[in-house]
Amino acid sequence: MKNIFKSAMVILSALLAFTSCNNSSKSGGKSGALAGNVAEKVYVAPGEHDEFYAFISGGFSGQLSVYGLPSGRLFKVIPVFSQDAEKAYGYNEETKPMLNTSHGFVPWDDSHHPDISQTNGVIDGRWVFINGNNTPRIAKIDLSTFETTEIIEVPNSAGNHSSSFVTENTEYVVAGTRFSIPIPQKDMPIKDYKGNFKGALSFISVDPEHGHMDIKFQVIMPGFDYDLAHPGRGASHGWFFFSTYNSEEASTLLEVNASQNDKDFIAAINWKKIEEYVNNGGGKMMPANYAHNVYDEDTHTATSTMKKEVLVVNPSDVPGAVYLLPTPKSPHGCDVDPSGEYIVGNGKLSANLTVHSFTKMLKAIEDNKVAGDAYGIPILNFEDVLAGVVEQPGLGPLHTEFDGKGNAYTTFFISSEVVKWKLGTWEVVDRQPCYYSVGHLMIPGGNSQKPWGKYVVAMNKITKDRYLPTGPEVTQSAQLYDISGEKMELLLDFPTVGEPHYAAGCPADLIKPRSKKLFKLEDNKHPYACKNEADTKVVREGDVVHVYMTTIRSHFSPDNIEGIKVGDKVYFHITNLEQDYDVPHGVSIIGANTSELLIMPGQTETFLWEPKQVGVWPFYCTDFCSALHQEMQGYVRVSSANASTPLKWSLGEDIE
Amino acid sequence: MKRSNIVMLVASILPLGLFLFPLWKITLEAPQYPTPLGMYIHINDFSDVHPHDIKNINLMNHYVGMKYIPEAIPEFKIFPIAIIASTVIGLLIAFKGNYKWFLGWFILMIIMCSAGLYDFYLWEHDYGHDLDPKAIMKFTNPDGSVMGFQPPLFGSKDILNFRAHSYPQLGALFLGLGIAFSFVAHLIGKKAKNSTA
Repeated sequence: MKNIFKSAMVILSALLAFTSCNNSSKSGGKSGALAGNVAEKVYVAPGEHDEFYAFISGGFSGQLSVYGLPSGRLFKVIPVFSQDAEKAYGYNEETKPMLNTSHGFVPWDDSHHPDISQTNGVIDGRWVFINGNNTPRIAKIDLSTFETTEIIEVPNSAGNHSSSFVTENTEYVVAGTRFSIPIPQKDMPIKDYKGNFKGALSFISVDPEHGHMDIKFQVIMPGFDYDLAHPGRGASHGWFFFSTYNSEEASTLLEVNASQNDKDFIAAINWKKIEEYVNNGGGKMMPANYAHNVYDEDTHTATSTMKKEVLVVNPSDVPGAVYLLPTPKSPHGCDVDPSGEYIVGNGKLSANLTVHSFTKMLKAIEDNKVAGDAYGIPILNFEDVLAGVVEQPGLGPLHTEFDGKGNAYTTFFISSEVVKWKLGTWEVVDRQPCYYSVGHLMIPGGNSQKPWGKYVVAMNKITKDRYLPTGPEVTQSAQLYDISGEKMELLLDFPTVGEPHYAAGCPADLIKPRSKKLFKLEDNKHPYACKNEADTKVVREGDVVHVYMTTIRSHFSPDNIEGIKVGDKVYFHITNLEQDYDVPHGVSIIGANTSELLIMPGQTETFLWEPKQVGVWPFYCTDFCSALHQEMQGYVRVSSANASTPLKWSLGEDIE
Repeated sequence: MKRSNIVMLVASILPLGLFLFPLWKITLEAPQYPTPLGMYIHINDFSDVHPHDIKNINLMNHYVGMKYIPEAIPEFKIFPIAIIASTVIGLLIAFKGNYKWFLGWFILMIIMCSAGLYDFYLWEHDYGHDLDPKAIMKFTNPDGSVMGFQPPLFGSKDILNFRAHSYPQLGALFLGLGIAFSFVAHLIGKKAKNSTA
């Protein structure tokens, strides 16, 4: 026993010596040692996992990418609003309905603001919501499969930008229109914009169990541009705040004409009040036409339903539900601190940051201190709601997030920096340059009641010379800063997929244990699934042929098919019989006018092949699955349209 | 009831643990399997350690021409009967018999277990050596003979890219304890007999 104790002491002291050695090297010297220290902070050893997930939107790529922090490593690009040939999203028969809209199949969008679902104001890691800007849509991504499982189109909306932010129990995901439009749409002169165009703010309810989305109501607001939004937290839960610009209601040369008013507004919406109004039969059902697309995990198939009406609310019909807070110079970001008391209006043309107070707002409402109205909506006095001003922090403030320790971090596009300042005293604590022209920033949980204030990710709009050049188009870029200390420290640049518009992050432990490894074959309810090789078959229905095919290492069943004719529509329904982690199979056939399939274990996917030429055409596995991957291939014999070749299929024997 | 008979009573009941816990476990480790593949052998069943392990062991083994692990083997009928029979006999002995009978039960169990292990070895040997002549990959030993893939009866062994482990489980412990207890019962009984004599 004594010996064990002795040797333990020896090991301990050796460790201590080693550690203190390490410390001295850290504190000694400047740049060299410091650089080494920085590298250590973002180094995640091979096989180790990152501490945080970051879901970074792809902007004009229409997708959502998944990164690890602090390493900045890319794990997955989740296709959301754009087709993805790699994963067959929007190409295979199962997911084509996901991209259906009232305008038909739209294979692209501009994805902007991911927001993770919350419970009691804290991120719960169940779903990520994200908005499509161009053809207004809100998508839901399930974080057990990291797949897009629902997309709802937003009617009466255009440039769906002040979206998709969740209330503190994910009661609603909110989508506000950036561009005001005629509601309902009609043929009218553009110059008649003022007073006639309207802006719809949509409150989309989220089923607490399945997450299914449904537009509960739309608040039809004056024809401003609704830029960004944020829900109240804690005390201000039940309110939603939208920044506006173009309160001038200009319809042309907005860069000048929408920059004339000294102050625009933050619209404060008491959604609980409107919800109550609606629940008591308030509002008006108006005709509409919008798609609701739902992916079912058991059938592995999406369905698209067109909805024909939407409930709209005129704010002047609900007194006390909507107020306008004057905010200087075309505010962009509209951010609420974790306590819910402060509403930061980032007036992008202002030199100062304006912070409103929720309690002062309530007081002003209570005292009925109204300065005027806009189309019947009361405007409060700027001075009555103002909590404080951060004086001259930088140029072009855009967005603010919080660390949960009383500090706020604001990005400045023009002066290209992140500025740290203190809530309440409004003093600037630190500033760090961004390379270049930062837009949004993200602290994991930094827009919720519970930020994990260890890192901030700055998402830049311009990259220029930061990486090896790749011709005129260079990579997009994000930057990681350590914010655990009093001063911020730049740790890492990392390239991103598409424009890193905004991001949402949370500790990996919230999501990692729930991440699925495979789909259970026995739960597969795809109508064309084939769960064992004995049941594989080829069925002809006129010109349409259904191939019920399976994959398992390292063959297709069947792998020889005859009796297909030129002009047939051949649907390959492929079920991956594997039940092992990370054993997908891929497939395509020569001349298929669509993407490959990439089929996860237990899943069924379908692609359409319309053979145009007589011959014997090979197909093969496209995902390197096993040692015999190269042998995983087959042939389809295509005869002329009037041939009488009988329909046959086989595996492991010659077709007789 | 005499102390030795009580110990014998416990001894005869202990092997029933085989119906509650697995007898043996075979684990296959490989770089591609950060979570190793594993199979439990019960007195009346094979089962996955993690979902689908047996299916995935079969998938791996088909490359070298090994047969699929069967859903059931005749032993799954014989072994439970043998264990129940030995418990019944043990109980009879515990109530009616003396220390000489205890030794008899002990010897019976040793013989039965040896037969069982030998049977297991034969199955393993067949499983590892009776390979499909059309096997995708054929391996030979340095001496030119066809390489077998028999997992170890007990212990650990490298088989191509896998490291196979084969060790008894809780069920086997119950069986072993039962056997040991019967011998203890025998010794206690014998000692008691000698001291009274």
